[in-house]
Amino acid sequence: MSTTSTHLAPQFDDAEQQQLAATLGMWAFLATEVLFFGGMFAGYGVYRAWYPQTWADASRHLDLLLGTVNTAVLLTSSLTVALAVHAAQTGSRKGVVRNLSLTILFGAAFLGVKAYEYWHKWHEHHVPGATFEWHEASPSGPAELFFSFYFVMTGFHALHMVIGLGILAWLIVQARRGRFDAEYYTPVEMTGLYWHFVDIVWVFLFPLLYLIDRT
Amino acid sequence: MSRHVISRTAYFVVFGLLLVLLAATVLVAMIPLGDWSVAVALSIAALKAALIILYFMHVRHSPELVQVFSVAGFVWLALLFVFLFSDYLTRYDVTPLTG
Repeated sequence: MSTTSTHLAPQFDDAEQQQLAATLGMWAFLATEVLFFGGMFAGYGVYRAWYPQTWADASRHLDLLLGTVNTAVLLTSSLTVALAVHAAQTGSRKGVVRNLSLTILFGAAFLGVKAYEYWHKWHEHHVPGATFEWHEASPSGPAELFFSFYFVMTGFHALHMVIGLGILAWLIVQARRGRFDAEYYTPVEMTGLYWHFVDIVWVFLFPLLYLIDRT
Repeated sequence: MSRHVISRTAYFVVFGLLLVLLAATVLVAMIPLGDWSVAVALSIAALKAALIILYFMHVRHSPELVQVFSVAGFVWLALLFVFLFSDYLTRYDVTPLTG
């Protein structure tokens, strides 16, 4: 237990209490994130109820294959970050570094695909603003609104991922310096919670944006 | 720290389930279910989220206080949706553009 005492802050009775405090703090933060994205989902829901046909038409202009592949990639990154926590729990420094690196790899791949999708949308004149063009039967205003939701919601999601990648990279540096062991790996665990949350947001974004009507 | 360790195998099983549910999400979207399509899609997404929260995020084996905190955000979200949609979806004076 000697390594634990070097990480124990004075206000805590023991390491377990310190870890519990960290976990509760992270979940409190994630609750604010649920409401942050939740507000956008609510707005999306109102306009989808008002313009169902337009929403369906616009959704079909998103690349189903890329969206599905990206969802699988992000789920895989959640697996690898969970394995990183497991490696920390079992005292495997190499396992921690390896799995955190894989998580960054998959996360970066997701963002790469997203960047391509954004470029393609720009090319198709589906970016809201002066360049927007709409050639379906459904009205253009609501269509532009759908793409506003698309870019803002996936944009904020991507921003969260970029921040996550930065934190993951910092964790790798710390892991390689031997900062974590089976007694103390709280930063790895908390980052994992954040990363899983970002994954959950996408799990809801994917069907709501990409799969409105694919019959 | 005497903490419950979830096995690597368990993680891979959950991951496999998540991929199966992803396939189901896409396939179900191709079936004409009318108004039920959204409900089914969101139900599958909720199932995925539950698996991620319970296993990947360790909530299944966490202290009860952590479990309460993990649910809290979604409780407030439910309130947001219930109040918002009970307003917007019961308005008769709004006539949006068709479609």
